[in-house]
Amino acid sequence: MAIALVLVLIVVGSVLFHVLSPWWSTPIASNWGYIDSTLVITFWITGTVFSAVVLFMAYCVYRFRHKEGQRASYEPESRKLESWLTVVTAVGVAALLAPGLFVWSQFVTVPSNATEVEIIAQQWQWSFRLPGANGKLGTSNTRFIGPDNPLGLNPQDPDGQDNIVVVAADLHLPVGKPVKMVLRSIDVIHNFYVPEFRAKMDMVPGMITYFWFTPTKTGTFEILCSQLCGVGHAFMRGVVKVDTEQDYLAWLQQQSTFAQLSAPTKTGALVEPAKAKAD
Amino acid sequence: MVDLTPHGAGPISAAEVAEVELYHPHGWWTKYVFSQDAKVIAIQYAGTATAIGLVALVLSWLMRLKLGFPDTFASITPDTYYQFMTMHGMIMVIYLLTALFLGGFGNYLIPLMVGARDMVFPYVNMLSFWIYLLAVLVLAGSFFAPGGPTGAGWTLYPPQAITSGTPGGQDWGIILMLVSLILFIVGFTMGGLNYVVTVLQGRTRGMTLMRLPLTVWGIFTATVMALLAFPALFVACVMMLFDRVIGSSFFMPAIVEMGTNPLPHDGGSPIMFQHLFWFFGHPEVYIVALPAFGIVSDLISTHARKNIFGYRMMVWAIIGIGALSFVVWAHHMYVSGMHPYFGFFFATTTLIIAIPTAIKVYNWVLTLWRGDIHLTIPMLFALAFIVTFVNGGLTGLFLGNVVVDVPLAQTMFVVAHFHMVMGVAPILVVFGAIYHWYPKVTGRMLNEAMGRFHFWVTFLGAYLIFFPMHYVGLVGVPRRYPEIGDTAFVPPSVHTLNEFITIAALVVGFAQMVFLFNLLWSIRHGRPAGDNPWRATTLEWQTAGTPPPHGNFGKELPVVYRWAYDYSVPGASEDFIPQNDPRPRTQGGSA
Repeated sequence: MAIALVLVLIVVGSVLFHVLSPWWSTPIASNWGYIDSTLVITFWITGTVFSAVVLFMAYCVYRFRHKEGQRASYEPESRKLESWLTVVTAVGVAALLAPGLFVWSQFVTVPSNATEVEIIAQQWQWSFRLPGANGKLGTSNTRFIGPDNPLGLNPQDPDGQDNIVVVAADLHLPVGKPVKMVLRSIDVIHNFYVPEFRAKMDMVPGMITYFWFTPTKTGTFEILCSQLCGVGHAFMRGVVKVDTEQDYLAWLQQQSTFAQLSAPTKTGALVEPAKAKAD
Repeated sequence: MVDLTPHGAGPISAAEVAEVELYHPHGWWTKYVFSQDAKVIAIQYAGTATAIGLVALVLSWLMRLKLGFPDTFASITPDTYYQFMTMHGMIMVIYLLTALFLGGFGNYLIPLMVGARDMVFPYVNMLSFWIYLLAVLVLAGSFFAPGGPTGAGWTLYPPQAITSGTPGGQDWGIILMLVSLILFIVGFTMGGLNYVVTVLQGRTRGMTLMRLPLTVWGIFTATVMALLAFPALFVACVMMLFDRVIGSSFFMPAIVEMGTNPLPHDGGSPIMFQHLFWFFGHPEVYIVALPAFGIVSDLISTHARKNIFGYRMMVWAIIGIGALSFVVWAHHMYVSGMHPYFGFFFATTTLIIAIPTAIKVYNWVLTLWRGDIHLTIPMLFALAFIVTFVNGGLTGLFLGNVVVDVPLAQTMFVVAHFHMVMGVAPILVVFGAIYHWYPKVTGRMLNEAMGRFHFWVTFLGAYLIFFPMHYVGLVGVPRRYPEIGDTAFVPPSVHTLNEFITIAALVVGFAQMVFLFNLLWSIRHGRPAGDNPWRATTLEWQTAGTPPPHGNFGKELPVVYRWAYDYSVPGASEDFIPQNDPRPRTQGGSA
């Protein structure tokens, strides 16, 4: 008998916990509000099903518990009831899947006006690369990595010369502009994860992955690694600052290009005097 | 060969009868150690799985202590934490749950329930256990190897699994892990072929496939799946072993170590390992779940004195889930960097699998409807299973639905989900099954008071551990972090919650000691059980003696006249009719 009561308490307790607990997603700072909405829909549907099933069980246990002389009924199957339940379940599943796939199609469709920003992960730090004036990121290869080329940019590629290189420092992004995060790792698999942005993606050595989002709030957000990458995994942190356009441009002015960071004698001619401050 | 021919089915040649004699044990060693009796092998499997499972349980305490009280347990460094985590996961999934359900319950129950004298290949069955034991010893040996066990996470993703930033990556840890897995798969294949062939070829007369108890259906389907899925892991392990030992590049692209040192690998694909791993890894979830589904169906039916509702649908649901589970694997990889269009396909297949799974849940609770529910300990565990399985199954709809997975992937939500659905739920079935079949194995009942204490603490405690843990993940706390530290988006209340979860985990852990004590104590002091204490219909309760002798069924094999669920048949004198009772239903009674 206690079990019937406990089953009811589990439903009540779980629902109350869900409603009253202070633990919920961090305030969102990207365009992916749809993801949060889908999550909430899923909570509603699954919560209803959970409560219904467990309460039904509690009722059965209470109502049909063994008493002297009681005998169970004999009913091997009911095609009607089983078909009906199958159809209802299928409808419920479709109700979850449809919004999910709809939002996923947005998630995987990068808008054409998105700026590319490259994130480079290594054990256990974050580095970044932004395109130069022509908006293009130069090619890269792990084999190019050396003391003065920590991100492995192709020194022969003209598109790479004016790329802004930010090694193990903060990334800045302008608010309200869609960005395509191009993800690369030079050693093991990492995952670029900022909880407030909702989106995340693995960074796999040997390939380039991506996701896109639009930052919607200015502020400072912590980057975590979300794919086990060795003993430093939990301490692999970084910072992304979402700035107003003005602040962003001011920050951009202070950064160095790949050309400036590599041998200055060779590429000095390409460097604009205003940006040459780092050397 | 073991004699599977029922008496009266035709003349039996003298040579065959004599050969059967050869398989009866003639001494202590062949009876208890190098035994070919599936029941002894079952107990050897279960004992070994429990022993290594206890190691994994202790590891979980150590991890929880670190998570709950990171400063007090500063001595648990990230290295050791990752080693504990990896070994905990791998042991629980493979060496405990898979071995216990298939090697333990499969060996004990399949021959008895289908009316066979033993598995069809008893010698290979014996080898299966000894190779499994070797696999366990190699795994346990890695604790003592230079550098300790691997800390790559149970998923063993390369490149980190075999590089120097990971504990055991450039030492013995990962090598021993891979060798142990390879051995496990070899051993399992020997047992698995046995289970499948015994179910297909060893059934007694009258035991049609659609008269099999759902326990057998669950174990059978899971075994077929395991025979198809484990080869993917086998291949992945062999390839990674080559990458690690002889420097091949199956999974290793050109990478650097320590920021600048190039490693001599090129051209491999880390994602290919993930596809192979999860092609095994997702069916593995159901390899653990399907035997639990089957067993719990029989527990509910027997203790509610009512036929399982919708038996045929239950069988087809098991088969359907088994088949579908081979086309959902990449839902573990939504954020892995695989082509994003895969997401549409795998989210759809994953959510479709919810339909046969839901049907099973409906049929379990509908079996309770108008039943005669005896709240025995097996029944309590069965009810607890439904609660935790429904809970964990429903959170699967979050993670399976591709875009909802994106914020939750790799957070504690995932940890809470899979522990609820493939940790807690199947283990509650294991407990229910042990309370249910222990009387057959030993001839004595388990102690009731200890059993009820064990049930309440385990069920409520496990729920209190894993239900709130979903919300830690919802906040955004990643999994596989020995400590979250000062992180702006994590409020201090999360730390308090972590402390609570740790305390609950310790309490639940210690309740298992009561259970283990009960297992040992009741062998001598338990109430004598008789042959059929639960008044159940299936063949294992109709044996000549309890525990059943080698050969299971006296002189003649039982002949089956009915399905496994003739409970409370209208007009019958008793509320159950054994499967081998030849009388028409209206006269049926206890055997």
